[in-house]
Amino acid sequence: MPLLEIRNLAVEFQTHRGPFRAVDGVDLTLEPGELLGVVGESGSGKSVTMLAVMGLIAWPGKVTADVMRFDGIDLMSLSDSDRRKIVGKDIAMIFQEPMTSLNPSFSVGYQIMETLAVHEGGSRRERRRRTIELLEQVGIPAAASRLDSFPHQLSGGMCQRVMIAMAIACNPKLLIADEPTTALDVTIQAQILDLLVSLSRERNMAMVLITHDMGVVAETAQRVMVMYASQQVEEQPAERLFEQPRHPYTAALLEALPERALEKRLNTIPGVVPGIADRPSGCVFNPRCNFAQERCRIEQPLLEPKLGARVRCHFPIRGDVS
Amino acid sequence: MSAVAAATLAPDTATKPVLEARDLQRHYRIGRGWLRQAATLKAVAGASFSLTAGRTLAVVGESGCGKSTLARMITMIERPTAGHLMIDGTDIVDADKQQLHVLRPKVQMVFQDPYGSLNPRKQVGQILSEPLEINTDKSGKERMEIARAMMARVGLRPEFYTRYPHMFSGGQRQRIAIARALILNPKIVVADEPVSALDVSIRAQVLNLLMDLQAEFNLAYLFISHDLSVVRHIADELMVMYLGRPVEQGPKQVIFAEPRHPYTQALLAATPSVDPKARSKRLTVKGELPSPIDPPPGCAFHRRCPFATEVCGIERPELRSFAGRMVACHHAEKTL
Repeated sequence: MPLLEIRNLAVEFQTHRGPFRAVDGVDLTLEPGELLGVVGESGSGKSVTMLAVMGLIAWPGKVTADVMRFDGIDLMSLSDSDRRKIVGKDIAMIFQEPMTSLNPSFSVGYQIMETLAVHEGGSRRERRRRTIELLEQVGIPAAASRLDSFPHQLSGGMCQRVMIAMAIACNPKLLIADEPTTALDVTIQAQILDLLVSLSRERNMAMVLITHDMGVVAETAQRVMVMYASQQVEEQPAERLFEQPRHPYTAALLEALPERALEKRLNTIPGVVPGIADRPSGCVFNPRCNFAQERCRIEQPLLEPKLGARVRCHFPIRGDVS
Repeated sequence: MSAVAAATLAPDTATKPVLEARDLQRHYRIGRGWLRQAATLKAVAGASFSLTAGRTLAVVGESGCGKSTLARMITMIERPTAGHLMIDGTDIVDADKQQLHVLRPKVQMVFQDPYGSLNPRKQVGQILSEPLEINTDKSGKERMEIARAMMARVGLRPEFYTRYPHMFSGGQRQRIAIARALILNPKIVVADEPVSALDVSIRAQVLNLLMDLQAEFNLAYLFISHDLSVVRHIADELMVMYLGRPVEQGPKQVIFAEPRHPYTQALLAATPSVDPKARSKRLTVKGELPSPIDPPPGCAFHRRCPFATEVCGIERPELRSFAGRMVACHHAEKTL
């Protein structure tokens, strides 16, 4: 049984220009212990998808799905109080800005112990012992003396470690990491990514890593989902995706990377990501696509298995995997 | 030492550098309350480099390494505490107000965040023509013509002249910021992380634009970045900084092919890559950047360095010429 199963997820917001679909028809399954990368440019809907899974989309946002099941529990029909028993315990999340995700008025030890008190109970001394253990696991030196530190006394990297300690406090089955290293320096980023991957392996914890950095997903994820303009355009195992992308958008994105450049001029994708009001008819990528044909302008492609990948394109890129 | 640095960094001695720094320093006094003595923070503790027209010097390092302070000195926002900084042949350390006034238009800056660096209450046209109004005696009509021509040059439709910054996307805003920097025909452009706030596909467009403009106007770029894949693409020379000091500097190809300072190696190894072949074995450095107020004795990197020996904790390694670049490491011979 998959840990997370989503069919046809949509998130809609009412705007004064009519309804806007921030997420449109996302299908996703995640096995226990699996590491999924979600990539896309800003505004592609990658964060909103995961917020919907957490049940964090507030009014006026509207979440619809044919199926949204976590560990056998139907998330769509779950009451708020039942949801609170799962979120923070079995599904945990870490965010981009470690400094702003922590409460500046409480010590980091208090904030981790609070999570434990809500979900696990136990005596105060027991919680304290467990918190020190957690801080040690995420690689904070002299953990016991850090319990009474406030977030402003720690560096960005240390704050992100505290966030991770808090997220894994109740042994979650799924950890959603939304751009966990974007605000950090590269050497610290490498440390945090290594930590997340090893935690996921040790605990058989599934992880969804949301990022815009292709290098980060290539190095950490097993499977990658690419999003563009609210839609999932491609999904493949990580190695194959970077070797042989099937969707023209993924291919163009990879060609635009300076490290893939063969000459001084970089390849670019013409135009810009369509905004709320100007989503094109047919395939969302067709105005910027080099391979677009008449059919792409009229008929919206479905996400289908083609050429060994799941791709939302009428004319996926052929070519052999070497 | 600094003379050697200048010589190795400017292989083409026929062209005179537009920017030359010798042992450049900037210190800050940090008050720590009335009970404790004020401390000195050496944000930049001695950097020497030179830059000629049409070339790009990339300054690489993590937060707190002094790269932004360096940019503030070169753009004359702050004066150096010690050392020499020659801009187009004039030393700004002892320049008077009049001289600075002449020099300022020659150095322009592009900032990281195009959302924060443009005044939201001004139209694009006003943003672009204001530098001309202050620094030249051109008429309003001429200013408008120059601004429109510059908009077209950076890939913005001149009809957008009366639009406000919020009506543009991030990439377009960065184009406005670039246009504003170029409107006075500067010789040096300091670009502080100009593409790190942009998405991948937009980043490529802006990098191409920067390279085109450099070729067209023979600009010298000081390109500050933490993204080594971008630096590898755009730079000619590289200067890696750690805690206020350059630890390795020299031609880009030499350093990328064979980094010799352990910190450069760690930076390269930590940069994620999409190609498995390009991935080097991960040399993860332990710990974090030490406090610049109270830097460790000896080599600033020795507590995180896998090659450190006793001498590293006692004696600070000087920048020396080695294998085609400058490197500040006692063990540069052994780091491969």
